[in-house]
Amino acid sequence: MNQKFSLNVNGTTHAVEADPDMPLLYALRNDLNLNNPHFGCGLAQCGACTVHLDGQPIRSCITPLAAVGDGKIVTLAGLGTPDKPHPLQTAYVEEEVPQCGYCVNGWIMTAAAFLSDKKKPTDAEIREALTGLKCRCGTHVAILRAVKRAAEMMG
Amino acid sequence: MTRHETLANFSRRSLLKAGGALIVSIAAPGTFDLARADDAFAVAAKPPLTPDQLSSFIAVNADGTVAAYFGKMDMGQGLFVAVGQIVAEELDVPFANVKVLMGDTATSVNQGGASGSTGIQEGGKQMRMAAAEARRVLVAMAADRLGVGPDQLTVTDGVVHVAGDPAKKASYAELIGGRFFNVHLDWNGKYGNPLYAPGKAQPKDPKDHKVVGQPIKRQDIAPKVFARENFVTDIRVPGMVHGRMIRPAVAGAVPVKVDENSIKDIPSAKVVWNNAFLGVVADNEWDAIKAAEKLKVEWSNAPPPFPPQASLYDHIRQATPRKREVEGKQVGNVDDAFKTAARVIEAEYEWPFQSHSSMGPACALVEIKDGKVTCWSGTQKSHFVRAGLAAILQTPEDNVHVIWTPGPGSYGRNDADDAAMDAAVLAKAVGRPVRVQYMRNQGTGWDPKGPASIHKARAAIDAAGNVVAYDFLSKGFSRVDVDTNGSKPYDTLAGQTLGVELKSGDGFGIPAESYDFANKRTAWETIPPLLDRASPLRSSHLRDPVGPQIHFASESFMDEVAAALNVDAVEFRLRYVKDPRDAAVIKAAAEKAGWQSRPSPRKDQAGEKVSGRGIAYAQRNGTRVAMIAEVDIDRRNGKIWVRRFTVAHDCGQIINPDGVRMTVEGNVVHGISRTLWEEVKFDAKTVTSVDWLTYPILDITETPEQIDVVLIDHPEIAPSGAGEPSSRPVAAAIANAVFDATGVRIRRVPFSPDRVKSALS
Repeated sequence: MNQKFSLNVNGTTHAVEADPDMPLLYALRNDLNLNNPHFGCGLAQCGACTVHLDGQPIRSCITPLAAVGDGKIVTLAGLGTPDKPHPLQTAYVEEEVPQCGYCVNGWIMTAAAFLSDKKKPTDAEIREALTGLKCRCGTHVAILRAVKRAAEMMG
Repeated sequence: MTRHETLANFSRRSLLKAGGALIVSIAAPGTFDLARADDAFAVAAKPPLTPDQLSSFIAVNADGTVAAYFGKMDMGQGLFVAVGQIVAEELDVPFANVKVLMGDTATSVNQGGASGSTGIQEGGKQMRMAAAEARRVLVAMAADRLGVGPDQLTVTDGVVHVAGDPAKKASYAELIGGRFFNVHLDWNGKYGNPLYAPGKAQPKDPKDHKVVGQPIKRQDIAPKVFARENFVTDIRVPGMVHGRMIRPAVAGAVPVKVDENSIKDIPSAKVVWNNAFLGVVADNEWDAIKAAEKLKVEWSNAPPPFPPQASLYDHIRQATPRKREVEGKQVGNVDDAFKTAARVIEAEYEWPFQSHSSMGPACALVEIKDGKVTCWSGTQKSHFVRAGLAAILQTPEDNVHVIWTPGPGSYGRNDADDAAMDAAVLAKAVGRPVRVQYMRNQGTGWDPKGPASIHKARAAIDAAGNVVAYDFLSKGFSRVDVDTNGSKPYDTLAGQTLGVELKSGDGFGIPAESYDFANKRTAWETIPPLLDRASPLRSSHLRDPVGPQIHFASESFMDEVAAALNVDAVEFRLRYVKDPRDAAVIKAAAEKAGWQSRPSPRKDQAGEKVSGRGIAYAQRNGTRVAMIAEVDIDRRNGKIWVRRFTVAHDCGQIINPDGVRMTVEGNVVHGISRTLWEEVKFDAKTVTSVDWLTYPILDITETPEQIDVVLIDHPEIAPSGAGEPSSRPVAAAIANAVFDATGVRIRRVPFSPDRVKSALS
């Protein structure tokens, strides 16, 4: 049975009526027409669907609507804008990281949460923080360059 | 004769050659008029979209900006930037004023799509010639208008002006903006990669290039990182429903009974079933997913089609070849040379099935309205998909419009074309626009696979330690069991499940190098697929099709021969390669990596953690690449870390060095992943690699700490491809480094920790 939900996404509240078992991903994409994040696996194995829930990265493809509650959701579109970019977005543009770009939600949203907690991380810490995320185009080296650059920008 | 008359004659000659009805009247004696000369080059209505029309490639908009219509597409390596640079260079317009529009069948001709690293090599060549011709015509038009000879004119930022008198000028916008070129090109009659249609203009001398060769940045990055890029997965149209496909648990089984009652609780869910084609649609995506999961299907009792995975390579060895080809330049008499050899070195190598496993499973949207078909697809080959849709929907191609829209990266013939065909069948059946996205288990489990293969290499050595004969044979599944595109229903799951007559193609390849041995033979054999219809192990193109397989074997083998002869691996290669550009990349890689000359393996290491270095090199359609891997190995757990990679790359003229460098980096990481981890697993019934746990790829924690790319630029040599050449030597470079570190030769990919550990024990 469908239920009514109130979702706080990127600072705006949206009403959604849907199956409580439906993963948040489909509400964001189809009910709210937010074209990011992406469906990659539906299994929390790749990160393409990553959003922040109260500042922490979650995999929206396995997070049922019923589990979201009144948490604050931020998507990649809400993380920063061309006028007010997040340092990771700036670094990604400067390093020209993505090839196809389908995976960027996972890397940027995960790295953003990591860098907000961890100042001046080592290379090994950056790698460890991002383990498990997938990029099929093999842009890993550029990702590491960009996260390092963003970390420097964030002091 | 006045200057004006000279010009008139010039124009008339051009016009006469341009063809078409209008030209005939202009050419009539005594009726020449300048205004109409303009009209002959420029028309208000667009000429037909055929490769013999300049307007099919280049247009000048009313504001003077340039549209470049490209019948290929960028799959994430920045090809459109490089093509924009080529067009801007030849037209003498600012790079920012060129927009490259890719892969839309309504605005571009079939230049082959993303295919075989030909984006610049073939596609760019054509765009260069078209842009040069456009500039020539625009200068001729300006000459008419300004009353000077074309040789008096020059072009700066899209403004034609008299050299030395910049006030006498006419901009491209004034000359033709908003109208279309009416200029005939000398088309070679071919479509696809070989399409070539030059005009009369000669392109610029590379020494005059100012835009080509610059590291211009990609404009698609910001939209991607600010979540403003519309991927194919993000397209929606009114009335659209969501489709999901249902595949059998035993490959080859077909539905015999479908219980629609089993999904009656799901609003709007509908079943589409025809022969072995089985899918569901629903208004809501989540409902479509649930319906596909819940639908009760009784399947035919098909015999499990696959051999045990452990006997895959024995199966290949024992199978009767369906086709054998001796390819490349055969030298001397190989069989006789082996009879007199002082020593024979032999080895055999094995490569598994691998999956494209794109970041997102394929997605396509098809709308059929008033007999017209529109398809949004992330395919690498939109024009071929157009043909496939026309065939499966039984409608003329003119009724089908495929709009290429960026999707998850594809790396060859992935599942994109299958999704487009499935969406079309569903859309026709339900009378609504249908968006299909596969699920992860289908994206990994049911994409066309890179073929599994074995490779036998032999070398005959004389008493002095020279290689006098070389014999190389690949045997495996075909690279075109299903073809590289979805233009024929028999090459797609939709066609195969609907029951079309099958046609499995044969193709493999040979090593691409310039080793100069007195006797040399390179050949391949293909064997039939394990299951002839709708197989999750059907094989096709995966990045650098069969290149990684073949060169893993051939370049591992060169290392084995060098080691057996106690010769340094770089020195051995330099002794036998005869092409100077090949020698140059080998030397450049060795120099950058700080290669110390000595035979492999190292003899100075003890303990559990060892390291080594290895080199491999290859050509690919004119491009040369040499690479050196430096690896650390932990003997206790068999884990290999490729710490550093050094690549020297020569693809002739470099259009955009940043683009090449990033493409090479991606290929190296993708190649390391395929070498260390990737193997499609299957049991008797079907493929069991269905997600990222069962099909692991390289993790960020395993990424090299350094990838150095040395780009060797040859502006005087026409550019060849960069998309794939650096994929092919990766596995051999790693294998050779593992041997250098341990003295153990691993001849089967992937080098998973278990396999390495057991090889080392």
